[in-house]
Amino acid sequence: MKEKLRIKNISLTMTIVLFLVMFIFGSVRYDHFFSLSTFLNLFNDNAYLMIAGIGITFVLITGGIDISISSTIAFTGVFMAYSLQRGIPSYVVIPMALIIGIVVGAVQGSLIHYFRLQPFIVTLAGQFLMRGLCVVISEASIPITDPFFKFMALGRIQIKLGDSKALNGKIYYYVLIFVAVLLIGLYVLKKTPFGRAVYAIGGNEQSAQLMGLNVARTKIGAYIISSFCASLAGVVFSFYTLAGYGLQNMGMELDAISSAVIGGTLLTGGVGSVFGTAVGAMIQGIIQTIVTYENLNTWWTKVTIAGLLCFFIVVQRIIAVRAESMKGKELAAA
Amino acid sequence: MSGQTKLLTMKGISKSFGKAVIALDNVQFELEAGEIHALLGENGAGKSTLIKVLTGVEERDEGEVLLEGKKIHPKSTNEAQQVGISTVYQEVNLCPNLSVAENIYIGRAPKTKMGAIDWAAMSRDAAKLLEKFDLKLDVNKRLDNYSVAIQQMVAIARASDIKAKVLILDEPTSSLSKVEVDKLFEIMRRLKAEGMGIIFVTHFLDQVYEVTDRITVLRNGNYVGTYKTSDLPRMELVSKMIGKDYAVLNQSLKEGQAEKEGTKTGDELVSMKGVSHQGSISGMDLTISKGEVLGLSGLLGSGRSETARVLFGIDQVTDGELCIGGEKVHLKHPIDAIRKDIAFCPENRKTEGIIGDLSIRDNMALALQAKKGLFKKISKKEAQKIADEYIEKLEIKTPDADQLIKNLSGGNQQKVILARWLATNPQLLMLDEPTRGIDIGTKAEIQKIVIDLAAQGMAVLFISSELDEELRCCRRIVVLKDMEKAGEVVGDNISEGAVMQIMAGGEK
Amino acid sequence: MKNKQLKITQNQAFWPVIIFLTIILFNTVMTRGEFLSISIVDGHFYGRIIDIFRNGGKLMILAAGMTMVLATGGTDISVGSVMAISGAIACSIIRGNLLPGLGGSVTAAILFAVCAGIICGLWNGFLVAQIKIQPIVATMILLVAGRGIAQLITSGKIITINSDAYYFINGGYILGLPFPLYIVLFLVGILLLFVHRTSFGLFLESIGCNSLASKFAGIKVNRYLLAIYTISGAFASVAGLIESAGIKGADCNNAGLNIELDAILAVAIGGTNLMGGRFSIFASVIGALIVQSITTTVLALGVPAAYIRVLKALLIIVICLSQSGKFKVLFGRKLESKKKEAVAL
Repeated sequence: MKEKLRIKNISLTMTIVLFLVMFIFGSVRYDHFFSLSTFLNLFNDNAYLMIAGIGITFVLITGGIDISISSTIAFTGVFMAYSLQRGIPSYVVIPMALIIGIVVGAVQGSLIHYFRLQPFIVTLAGQFLMRGLCVVISEASIPITDPFFKFMALGRIQIKLGDSKALNGKIYYYVLIFVAVLLIGLYVLKKTPFGRAVYAIGGNEQSAQLMGLNVARTKIGAYIISSFCASLAGVVFSFYTLAGYGLQNMGMELDAISSAVIGGTLLTGGVGSVFGTAVGAMIQGIIQTIVTYENLNTWWTKVTIAGLLCFFIVVQRIIAVRAESMKGKELAAA
Repeated sequence: MSGQTKLLTMKGISKSFGKAVIALDNVQFELEAGEIHALLGENGAGKSTLIKVLTGVEERDEGEVLLEGKKIHPKSTNEAQQVGISTVYQEVNLCPNLSVAENIYIGRAPKTKMGAIDWAAMSRDAAKLLEKFDLKLDVNKRLDNYSVAIQQMVAIARASDIKAKVLILDEPTSSLSKVEVDKLFEIMRRLKAEGMGIIFVTHFLDQVYEVTDRITVLRNGNYVGTYKTSDLPRMELVSKMIGKDYAVLNQSLKEGQAEKEGTKTGDELVSMKGVSHQGSISGMDLTISKGEVLGLSGLLGSGRSETARVLFGIDQVTDGELCIGGEKVHLKHPIDAIRKDIAFCPENRKTEGIIGDLSIRDNMALALQAKKGLFKKISKKEAQKIADEYIEKLEIKTPDADQLIKNLSGGNQQKVILARWLATNPQLLMLDEPTRGIDIGTKAEIQKIVIDLAAQGMAVLFISSELDEELRCCRRIVVLKDMEKAGEVVGDNISEGAVMQIMAGGEK
Repeated sequence: MKNKQLKITQNQAFWPVIIFLTIILFNTVMTRGEFLSISIVDGHFYGRIIDIFRNGGKLMILAAGMTMVLATGGTDISVGSVMAISGAIACSIIRGNLLPGLGGSVTAAILFAVCAGIICGLWNGFLVAQIKIQPIVATMILLVAGRGIAQLITSGKIITINSDAYYFINGGYILGLPFPLYIVLFLVGILLLFVHRTSFGLFLESIGCNSLASKFAGIKVNRYLLAIYTISGAFASVAGLIESAGIKGADCNNAGLNIELDAILAVAIGGTNLMGGRFSIFASVIGALIVQSITTTVLALGVPAAYIRVLKALLIIVICLSQSGKFKVLFGRKLESKKKEAVAL
């Protein structure tokens, strides 16, 4: 009874092991794969996905879902590119983009909580609304030439651990935004009453209500965080691409959800961690890297990730069913 | 004790749901500091509604609540907690995915100087608090690692630790063992000595006499009276709860008996030999014959409903042998049971019985249609015929069969569900709490229907937590205890005392 | 007489039909009658109205399948990707890239494409009914992976084919009417027969209202969930065939893109509650015609296509809100209190 298996830990351990196995696989199979720069590039290339994934983790822990995030990312990108093109300075444009994220989350969260609409319908409508607005602003990709964006796109820190080429790498400044989001996410979920209420609602919403927690604030808060992180991811993504394009990142919500699930978040709510989500996103990064090295069609990435997501969900289900039947046995024995 | 301001006073409380159901009618209740006060009554008496009104879960229609002389009107459990009323519910209302310590302190966790949650302090406090309850748990483990009993103790620890003046324990003991109950009582006495007022709701009369100072009885939403526990003999308490003098009770029983004389018990229809289902029933032996109304009695969690679930294929037999009509069967899904001519009216009418947004006609035809299969559709005309027939037969009050079932009163909904099953022409009809939350007139009607059905040769398994009702309807009562059959009373031996004796485990 | 009137207005399809007629009327007035004009060329009917029916064919089929999924409280957002897979398989077979042994047979291509749709549907149904994954996530897996699979089938290229038999699926005429219309009539007809002549419809509504109580009434809930996702997948593959026949090839990036929202919108306009429960396939089909005619109208008014999607998204939220009991309570209360205020004043 004492050494009972915990779903979260199994999943997270599996994930870390999987990551290591893939990294070793790549290192053995391809020349130049094993290097610091391959590892650091996982962060450079996936920072935006990690940020969005951390945001959606909050919603998933409450037992909800948010499939509007990819559109929020795209919309933020288009909005910023368009505004910058019109000569609005970056220090105005970026905060405005973030506020848009907050508003989107607040509206979606309120519709879901106060009117008891299903999260998937609301966020599906949100997804289409914002994709539509992207195209309303501009159908073509808008390049960004703003100096601050350029600075963020190119600015990087060289890391040299040794003389060998394998021990050299670089990290772009915007990765630091991800690091900050990760640390704040860890802190909020672990150390603040709000974060704990997020878990409580996912565990049992009715109990949370009866224990006197503010369910409305927490639930809407989770959707706000999700959309805010999506808009922040949009900002980072435009640093990465230096453009705003309305058709960017189609279907990326599945990547974010997969990151969370692969990282040990239960889709039924109540369990999850932002650290796990970050590792989950790195696994996707490494799959992408391997697909590139193998010179395969990039669609293999999508298919593999979807397969992996399925696998993890099924494993979670099996563990949950087992835990339940174990409990039954214990009770019968007692 | 008297003379001072009462800790809690509730006056003229009324509450109704919709037009048909009056849950509370001008009820009063008083609680003093340093008192354990039992709130008693049968199912549907209004106990839980009164508590919901007190804790802000339900809005009262009329009446006032005074806490230490001050009017209060909590709109949510949170507000109730803040004024000093905390509650432990029958079902554990904690979060299984959080740690023990956190379940005790969530919403009011100790903080470090930086404003972050101080997990170390929380664990320390939790361990210290639980020590008072003689519980040595790893407070950092997830709550669902522990048994329901321990979870319940944790809930009580949480409630008592919130600076509560009034602690409500709503049937907290139904999942506890004797030892755990004793521990709980010790804690209750300690809290009482510290000046807390405790409202104790329970079905166990032994416990009432063991631990409470006073008793308030409710019946059918009405206030019956408040009594000193030591002054109220047990039989008198029972008759106050049931609402009849003991003599009258006996008489009505005789009448029921006379009705039953006419019925002839036929062949054995169902036999269970050592049937078990993990965690709900174990080693159950039971036979049901054609033409009999078999009562299944026992406390909550004793395995009453669980037996019916196994017989209906909702839960699978994990051990033992289940025979229907002399033939060994494996029921994997309710449809398997339905095809064996078994019918089941479940306990939770709303979640397991009615299909709210469908019409009375569709609701009635559903089980028969499932039995016939997908391709043999019951035409609208046939369905209408069935509906008309049963609306008349069971005297269902509705303008027509097109009404949505959710718009009917509880009693009429129950009749529709009953009609759904009668339409399948079952050999065995299982009724789980068929009269819960139903007005007295309809109650009597349903009871009469049950007796008539048995007289026509149907076997009926009748489950009710109201002994009175079982006494009226059943010729044989099987009493369950701790997921097993504890005893059986037959014919002339049936009496309240005999059943309660077995229920209580042979004491007294 | 009065009773009959009541019955007609209470029919779920009543308002959708009225809305559809209103849109047509609006267009007719706007175009001074040109909208309604139908010309006959080579014995084929041409005209705006005919176009709506032809172009709306895919959506009508999808909406019919989606109605049942939504009636159980689920959703299927993978239909667009299933369309892409179906088109990719059919075109690859006809070109001989896939299963060259079949010799590019159009019949075989259609059969294989529909089989693929059925397999996709079974997969969705399996995830939802057996593994108990939320429908949105279960079908999202196929939404994303499905388009990937389609890409892998076509090796990431846009395939063009040259087959008059295949073109006929979209562009053909029988008795002067476009062929897609016959496909719709056939599929929806069979479905309606099945739903109304068997107890399927009753069971679905029952599951959508209360799946636990349905199980307790003897309905094998999982089996029916599997069935409806399979039907939805199969219908999506047929829609995919029509689409790919229309563009005379397979474009995995754009085939059926974003069409899931249109399908859900069509069902919502048809008055089926998206939370599950009572449904009407016929009303959804009319809903699909409305969505199609709105698109046509908005384009005709010179509004950029991009706004249409925004409009549709808003429309869905508004319809959901109007169906939400909570909204009615809040809104009703406000109305009541306003009334009271008015009285007090």
